[in-house]
Amino acid sequence: MNIDTLILIFASTVAAATPLILAALGVLVNERAGVLNLGVEGMMLVGAVTAFGVGVTSGSLFLGYVAAMSAGAAMALLFGLLTLTLQTNQVATGLALALFGVGLSAFVGQPFVGLPIERVPAVPIPLLADIPVLGPALFRYDLLVYLSIALYAAVSWFLYRSAAGLRLRAIGEAPGVAHSLGYPVVRIRYLAVMFGGATSGLAGAYLSTALTPMWVEGMSAGRGWIVLALVVFATWRPLRVLLGAYLFGGVTVLQLHAQGLGVDVPSEFLSMLPYLATIVVLVLICRNPKTILLNQPASLGRSFHPDG
Amino acid sequence: MQPHPRLALHGITKRYPAVLANDHVDLRVGAGEIHALLGENGAGKSTLMKIVYGVTQPDAGRIEWEGRPVTIRSPAEARQLGIGMVFQHFSLFETLTVAENISLALDSREPPAQLASRIREVSESYGLPIDPLRLVHSMSVGERQRVEIVRCLLQSPQLLIMDEPTSVLTPQAVRMLFDTLRRLASQNVSILYISHKLDEVRELCDTATVLRGGRVSGTATPRAESNESLARMMVGGDLRECHLTPREAGETRLELRGLTLASTDPFGTSLHSIDLNVRAGEIVGIAGVSGNGQSELLAAISGERRVGNAASVSICGSASGTLDAAQRRRLGLSFVPEERLGRGAVPEMSLADNALLTAHSAGLVRNGLVRSDAAREFARSTITAFDVKAGSELSPANSLSGGNLQKFIVGREVRLKPKVMVVSQPTWGVDVGAALRIRQALIDLRDSGAAVLVISEELDELYAICDRLAVLFRGKLSSVHPTSQMPVEKLGSWMAGEFAQ
Repeated sequence: MNIDTLILIFASTVAAATPLILAALGVLVNERAGVLNLGVEGMMLVGAVTAFGVGVTSGSLFLGYVAAMSAGAAMALLFGLLTLTLQTNQVATGLALALFGVGLSAFVGQPFVGLPIERVPAVPIPLLADIPVLGPALFRYDLLVYLSIALYAAVSWFLYRSAAGLRLRAIGEAPGVAHSLGYPVVRIRYLAVMFGGATSGLAGAYLSTALTPMWVEGMSAGRGWIVLALVVFATWRPLRVLLGAYLFGGVTVLQLHAQGLGVDVPSEFLSMLPYLATIVVLVLICRNPKTILLNQPASLGRSFHPDG
Repeated sequence: MQPHPRLALHGITKRYPAVLANDHVDLRVGAGEIHALLGENGAGKSTLMKIVYGVTQPDAGRIEWEGRPVTIRSPAEARQLGIGMVFQHFSLFETLTVAENISLALDSREPPAQLASRIREVSESYGLPIDPLRLVHSMSVGERQRVEIVRCLLQSPQLLIMDEPTSVLTPQAVRMLFDTLRRLASQNVSILYISHKLDEVRELCDTATVLRGGRVSGTATPRAESNESLARMMVGGDLRECHLTPREAGETRLELRGLTLASTDPFGTSLHSIDLNVRAGEIVGIAGVSGNGQSELLAAISGERRVGNAASVSICGSASGTLDAAQRRRLGLSFVPEERLGRGAVPEMSLADNALLTAHSAGLVRNGLVRSDAAREFARSTITAFDVKAGSELSPANSLSGGNLQKFIVGREVRLKPKVMVVSQPTWGVDVGAALRIRQALIDLRDSGAAVLVISEELDELYAICDRLAVLFRGKLSSVHPTSQMPVEKLGSWMAGEFAQ
């Protein structure tokens, strides 16, 4: 195996991890506010088909991304209306949203099946991209990859350094107390849920315009569910989300190469590996009950009645 | 005399679907005055304070602040006026630090470092030292209360509302709190002190408003009143006292020998080598501020947690450390946990079904089938015998008030004629009348020859009903002494950990 292959594997790992990072960071923020939205898979698919559709029709991927984020946020807004205002059960509503998103994207996406779209271009960073080995490995990605790293930094800063992030964590920990201090619990939860929807939509857009530039029904292939597991097993901490996503991406790419090399293991088993490996590793590193207790939003998944 | 009182309430009325919580309540608090708001649980004290603090809105009535009519729509508006509140159930975020908790309550955007030093400064100047960088979950209840008070003080309030502040404190901590409150009052801060503890109110407060059933039943100068006269205003009648006649204890029924148990809750307290014996016909009380291993101790005795060493818990002479709760109940153990809903009773189930849960052995089940009639009859007679105020035996458990449900649960267990009875916080949040009924039931059980263990934070209660007392502190149990040899000062210093091992 020569250095070019290694760089290729590394670069594909980053690409495979990017949609997970985008969605998981949004989901993390939305769960830190105490809301459990299981509809990530649906929001990703709607984001994917929206970006593809708008991108193909308008010819502008940028417009496609904006539309994908708006579509994801709109789905999340619907979820918020049901769970935050009408107080429906978050688990049941989230599952319904996931199924709704699968169906809706398949329906809307019918005219786009089989159409070509131009892959989002890589933007090499001047000078840095010309460094041998490091350049191609680290500095020749598309904008969304850079954005995913920036988002990681932004979310970490927001949660642990900003006053608004402190409020968000406080609301997830004890909404009743936050309410009695005078914070608008429901409004902040709406914003958090819509943020999760927007990044999930963008993650879906990455699938249909960068990872595999085309539209196929159900193309997220369970990544929405992995995102949810990733956030839980990363004990709601951004750095662990990032590492978990790269691990998942890495194993995905490696097993593809293994299949390509004709390793004598059933391909079905190899396809299972990324999911299995991510969960096993994250479970192993998050076994400290204190870490979980300190980071798990205590009100996660529970309805909040301001007057009750 | 100032022309305007700092806070005046006129005709405040608040109606909830089932009850009239406040019925035309009037109240005046002057500047620098410590004003008591007295009343039993459910008298409407908390609702009234929520209205003053802007958490809920009154249906009718006026609020005047320094003579001006005001509408307090939210706690933020209350704080802007200069009203601070220390809640009974602390409104702190456990996973955050002291400084983060305080910064959430302040509306200013102060840099964290500056805030931390201000917290240190204010807390020390009032004799309430706290470390701003500590996580709240690692703090004792007394320390948490300090955080709440300091949080209010940082906003330089004109009126400080304290909701039952001493229910969780050791006697020494109560002294310190009173000193702080007096100092604040001398700086012209008004204090509204909510309590049902008459001794404290008589010692601390300048004036008192007494609530009963949502109405003002009287105003008084507590120092000029006696406990009896205040209690009469609160309860609307005379209080009976519990009576404990000395009697000889019999054989040992419950014995703990070197009981050691690691807590499964990362914020819990592990038990260290606890020795205790409770004999037939006596009540042994365990005092201590909650969070010192009480829930772990109850779980280890009840069988909710099994301990590795069978001999470390013995019930009626049989080693039962490894038995589960059902097996221990068959040996003659009954217990009443501190959480009524969810552990003592299933909230959504009817009283009859709840009776069945522990009383199934009392002939309520035949050949594996439930005898519904017998279960309903059992529940009905428990309701009558213990004056439980409930719609019927088919009412769900969560429709009862805390005191009534507790009477039902204690009644259910007592009627099983246990050989050993363990009760945790028997009268937490229970009104005076119901508390008396529950204490009398425990005394009657002792007189009938059962061994009774009471874990409680209420010292008055322990002194009223216990033959012997011990203190639990950080998972260690003190030696056990007859109540007459445990003056309250000694008990207090033991509750702060000052007992020899």
